[in-house]
Amino acid sequence: MGAMATARMESERTDEGAPRARLQRSRRNRMLGGVAGGIGDHLGVDSVTVRLAFVVLSLAAGFGLVVYLLVWVLAPLEAASDPVQPPRQLPRPRARTVLGAVLVVVGVIVLLWTFGFWFGAGLAWPAVLAAIGFAVLWARDSDERRVRWDLASFGTPLEAVLSGRVSLPRILMGGVLILGGMAILLAATTSFEAATSVVVAIIVTVGGLLLLAGPWMWNMARELMDERSSRIRSEERAEMAAHLHDSVLQTLALIQRAKEQREMATLARTQERELRAWLYGRAPSVRGSRLRDAIDAMAGRIERRHQVRVETVVVGDVELDEHVRALVSACTEATLNAAKHSGTLEVSVYLEVEADAITAFVRDQGHGFDLDEVPVDRRGIVESIVARMERHGGSAEVHSTPKAGTEITLRLPRARA
Amino acid sequence: MTVRVFVVDDHELFRSGVRSELHDDLEIVGDAGDVAAAVEGIRATTPDVVLLDVHMPNGGGRAVIDAVRAERPEARFLALSVSDAAEDVIGVIRAGARGYVTKSISAEELNAAVRRIHDGDAVFSPRLAGFVLDTFAAEIAQPADPELDLLTAREREVLRYIARGYAYKEVAHELGISVKTVESHVSAVLRKLQLSSRYELTRWASDRRLV
Repeated sequence: MGAMATARMESERTDEGAPRARLQRSRRNRMLGGVAGGIGDHLGVDSVTVRLAFVVLSLAAGFGLVVYLLVWVLAPLEAASDPVQPPRQLPRPRARTVLGAVLVVVGVIVLLWTFGFWFGAGLAWPAVLAAIGFAVLWARDSDERRVRWDLASFGTPLEAVLSGRVSLPRILMGGVLILGGMAILLAATTSFEAATSVVVAIIVTVGGLLLLAGPWMWNMARELMDERSSRIRSEERAEMAAHLHDSVLQTLALIQRAKEQREMATLARTQERELRAWLYGRAPSVRGSRLRDAIDAMAGRIERRHQVRVETVVVGDVELDEHVRALVSACTEATLNAAKHSGTLEVSVYLEVEADAITAFVRDQGHGFDLDEVPVDRRGIVESIVARMERHGGSAEVHSTPKAGTEITLRLPRARA
Repeated sequence: MTVRVFVVDDHELFRSGVRSELHDDLEIVGDAGDVAAAVEGIRATTPDVVLLDVHMPNGGGRAVIDAVRAERPEARFLALSVSDAAEDVIGVIRAGARGYVTKSISAEELNAAVRRIHDGDAVFSPRLAGFVLDTFAAEIAQPADPELDLLTAREREVLRYIARGYAYKEVAHELGISVKTVESHVSAVLRKLQLSSRYELTRWASDRRLV
C-alpha cells in the first residue's frame, strides 16, 4: 500500500514539473538529516553552500543549529525515489569518519576554551544532556524498519509522534533528559534574578521564532496533513480497484461465457445487486442486522439459485429481532415457493414497516392455484408459512387465482415502544 | 398518433437499444449523448416525450430539464437510471420529470411508459412508489400545507399496490375504480412530490439510505 501511495505522489510531483522543489529533507543528498540537501534543492543552491552557511550561523550564538533542528523536525522526508534511477547516494559516515568529526569538534571547543571564547560548563553540560534527550526522543528506526539505529535515516519526527511510532519509554527518557538539562542549567545559575532572566530570554526567543517561522511551520503541518489525506485517498482507490476486480470483472468474464440468455441475466442481476449494496455503503459488518439488508440478501440468494428476478421494495427499516427474523424466514419461504412453482420469471416482494406492524407481500403473476386443490407438497409450504407467522403472534394469508398469480400477505404486529 | 421521442443518454449502446425496442407508433426524432447536445436537439426537434438519463457528465438529466423546460413546456420527461439512489430520483422528479423507471425495464413496459407519459400521466416504478411512501411516512407535526405535505389514504393505498408490483390496471381492479382514477391519484402524488414544502426530502431520504 505504502509503495502505491508513494508511487502516486511521485507521479504527481513529476507531472507538476515545478521549477522549485517543495521544501523537504533530501534522501539522496544528506550528511545527517538531509536538511541542507533539501534546502539546497528548494532554493536551487549547492548543498555545500548551505552546509557552510549552517556552520557559520551556528557560530552566531547557535542560531544555525536551531534552524537546522527546526527544519529537521518539521520538514517531511522526501518520498522514496524511483528505483529505476539509482539516487546519488553520499557515502554513509563510517565509524572512523564519525570519530574524526567528534575529535574535530572537541578540538575546536578546546581551542575556543583556551582563547576564552567559552560559555562555561554551566551551559555546556545542560546543552549536552538536552541534546542527548533530543536524540533519544526523535531518533527512530529507519523507514525501511531496519532495527539498526541509523542516524542517516531519521524519519519526520513530527510524523513519527503523530502516528505513535515513538514509543512511550523513549518519550519519557528523552523528556527526563531534556528537563534534567534545564534543571541543571537553572541550578547552576546562582541567583533567582539570573534564572528569571533566562526564562524571559527563552520566552522572548520562542516568541520571536514563532513570529518568524510560525506561518511556515503552520504550512508544514498542513502539508503533512495533505500528504496523509492523499495517501488515504489512494488507499481508497486501491480498495475500489480490488473490489471491482473481484466482483464486476469476474462477472463480466462469466457473462461472456454464459450460454443461455437466462443465465446471463441472472449473472448481471446478481452483480447489480452486489454493486448497489456496495455503492450505497452497506458495510459487510452491518449487513444482515437490519430488515432491509436481510430482505436484500434473501432476494439475491434466490435470484442466483433459481434464475428469477426478485424485485424488492422495503419501506421503513427495523433492527432484526427474533420475531422479525421469523418474518424474514416466512418471506423467504414464500419467495422461494413463487420462484420454484409459479412458472413466472419475476417475483415482487414488498415490505412496509409501520408503527404497529410490519406487513409483507410476496406476489407472482404465475399460473396460480386453487387453494382447495393444491398438491400436498405445496400445501405443506403454505401451512408452514402460516404456522411460522402464528408462532410469533402474526398472521399469513394466501390469495391465489388460477392463471393470474398468487399473493402471500404476512403481518407481524410490533410491540409498542 | 405517432409520439415523437427524443433519447438522451451518454451510452451509445443504450440509445441504440431503445431505438430497436420502441414500437412503430413511437418515432425517435433524435438523440444526444450529453447535456449541450440534448438541449440543442430538443429545441430543434420539438419532441413530445424525452427519455432522459439521470446520470451524465456535466450536469445529468436535471440540467437538461432546467435548460429546456421554460421554452418547451409541452415536452414531457421520463427519467431513466441504473442507480435508484434516492437523491437522484427525487432530484429529477422535482426538476419536472413525470416518471422514473430503471434501465432494466422490459421493452413492453418502456413502450407503455412512454405512452403514459405522453398522455400526461405519471409513471411510477415499484421502487419509486416505495420511495415516495417512505418519504411521506415521516410524521410532521404541523404540515405547512396539508394539501401538499400529506398523502391521502387512497393515494397511499394506490402507491402500496404499485410498490407490490401491480400494474395500474390491476390496481384499478383491486380497488374497484377506473384506470383513469388510478392515474389521477398517481399524478396527484407526483404533484405533491414536486411541490411539497418538504425541502429536506432529499437529504432526509439520503440520510436514511432509502433505495
